[in-house]
Amino acid sequence: MTDQTDLAIESRGLTKRFGALLAVDNLDLSVPRSLIYGFLGPNGSGKSTTIRMLCGLLTPSSGSARVLGLDIPEHAGELKSRIGYMTQKFSLYGDLTVLENLEFIADIYSYPRSKRRARIDYLLDRYELVALRHQFAGSMSGGQKQRLALAAAILHEPELLLLDEPTSAVDPKSRRDFWAHLFELAEGGTTILVSTHYMDEAERCHRLAILDRGAKVADGTPAELQAGTGMAVIEVLADDPFEAQRLLHDLPQVASVTQLGVRLRVLVPHEHENPQRLVADALAAKDLRAECNRVAPSLEDVFVAVTQEAPHEDAA
Amino acid sequence: MAMTRLMAVMRKEFRQLRRDRITFAMIVGIPLAQILLFGYAINFDVRNLRAAVADEAGTQLSRQFIDQLRQTQVVRIVSQASTPAELEYALRRGRIAVGIHIPADFDRRVVDRQRPAAQLLVDGADPTIVGIANQLATMPLDFSDRQTDLLSRRTLEVRAYYNPEQRTAVNIVPGLIGVILTLTMMLFTAVSIVREREHGNLELLINTPVSTPVLMVGKIVPYILIGLIQLALILAVGSFLFDVPVRGSILDLYLAAALFIAANLALGLFISTVARTQFQAMQVTFFILLPSILLTGFVFPFDGMPRVAQWLGELLPNTHFIRLTRGIMLRDATVVELQGEMLALAVFTAVAMTAAVLRFSRRLD
Repeated sequence: MTDQTDLAIESRGLTKRFGALLAVDNLDLSVPRSLIYGFLGPNGSGKSTTIRMLCGLLTPSSGSARVLGLDIPEHAGELKSRIGYMTQKFSLYGDLTVLENLEFIADIYSYPRSKRRARIDYLLDRYELVALRHQFAGSMSGGQKQRLALAAAILHEPELLLLDEPTSAVDPKSRRDFWAHLFELAEGGTTILVSTHYMDEAERCHRLAILDRGAKVADGTPAELQAGTGMAVIEVLADDPFEAQRLLHDLPQVASVTQLGVRLRVLVPHEHENPQRLVADALAAKDLRAECNRVAPSLEDVFVAVTQEAPHEDAA
Repeated sequence: MAMTRLMAVMRKEFRQLRRDRITFAMIVGIPLAQILLFGYAINFDVRNLRAAVADEAGTQLSRQFIDQLRQTQVVRIVSQASTPAELEYALRRGRIAVGIHIPADFDRRVVDRQRPAAQLLVDGADPTIVGIANQLATMPLDFSDRQTDLLSRRTLEVRAYYNPEQRTAVNIVPGLIGVILTLTMMLFTAVSIVREREHGNLELLINTPVSTPVLMVGKIVPYILIGLIQLALILAVGSFLFDVPVRGSILDLYLAAALFIAANLALGLFISTVARTQFQAMQVTFFILLPSILLTGFVFPFDGMPRVAQWLGELLPNTHFIRLTRGIMLRDATVVELQGEMLALAVFTAVAMTAAVLRFSRRLD
């Protein structure tokens, strides 16, 4: 049913200023339905602000956005029953039990009485909360709270789910399980917008936008982004990685150098004919023994490449 | 749909209230502590002021006079002094509150009405004691064996209606109901929305389809019930311990109280939409509580206050409620007879509630 123009979220020039601070800068977004769309960016890059604008919690300073075909913020009221929102901080009631929280949410969204019992039972079962249903939400672990928050956010079966750094307070196992749940929801037709600063999470998204200081610096599928960096990635295995890094960092042709254990990842723009030779020669000239190999860019390389303003600031 | 949501908000508030032991304890603790405090410790009918006598006359008449003073029970003579200077010294050291100086020519002064017969030295730092001393000064001397009955004539006779024995508790308790309800009701709601904001619940709540009026009404209705329970508690304690009557209709009293409680809850909600932290909300609550005690006729007679203070007092719900409680409990008045006060409370509630709903932002910016 979904054709190419059927977008869950569409924004043009979306901008938000807080006084002198430009939190979101001229953001154009196109988020297709029924897939997982990621916002990747460091803290303060405008991820939360954008999500809050899209659900009507913040008024844009300028620009326009349509969410599920409704203009916001004008029609944010109508939108509320069609979207689910999971806040960065746990926002259910700590002094209510799991079951009481879910019942409250069901009533607040006027979920039909006849289906309520079955829906809550399904969610308790699906999100492994059955044994915890009479436990106070405030006394649960990070992973348990996160499962409850997700169950509450999707209880009313929203078409669009907005998740603001949902995995920042949970362990790796919980994160993996959480993503399995997200894929299941997307499979069921829910559009999911998720913000993160974890590379591995960004890599799981169907599409993503990289945000830096409020502006979108790249977007596409993870594969498209990796193919389109415009950078060659040279992996250097050096005897003295510290010296090697210092030397390479001072080369004008090198965009960035990042140390990963004993290896260095060196980004060199594509316009240089033989980046691998360039790096190897530079190291050999200073008698630094090293093994240089050209590798495929990872999403982290993409992130480093697109968020870098001045090439020679990173490794200082 | 709105009804389901309203019930959901109310149920949630009740559940949270039940689990909040401190708040739950305050519901019972504040009224009990206050009524015992005010009922026992605060006593405007002053008795047993410590006094010393410097009797320089030493006549039969002066001894008779001292006996009469003693019989009033206003003063309790704890020591004798020989000179006025000794009285002053004892006064300054705080040993006594009243010094009675009977001059050597006391007998002559009693007959010669140009000059006062004796002198009372009082600690003027305490206005209540000064007031009592002034009453003592006009005490009729009853020296029936002498022809001094002119002195015993009083120009006015005072009859205290509704509280003939002039017991402080009868005067205090009706007003105290208003003070206790102002404190607890405003405090509970003032922190309610701020607490949700601080805990992050509000960001979730304003993203749901629940409307602001439903949220606000759902938050105050449970507390109206709590307030009425507090009223029952105060009335019971007032009746058992201090014999405070309810001469009017109990239904009228509850009607007035329900309206008054709503007014305070609405004000509390408004504070909650303005304050950024729970601490700020509490500060504002106490800022309003103080005039609710001082400018409402609870402590000082309303008619005796400066005009500006009276205007401010009229703006406070407690002023109208104290008139209602004193009227219904002591004078057997009805809410119909006191409809002006009821109307004032209704208007206050409507204005505060509207302000709270308008002030409540469903956005974060």
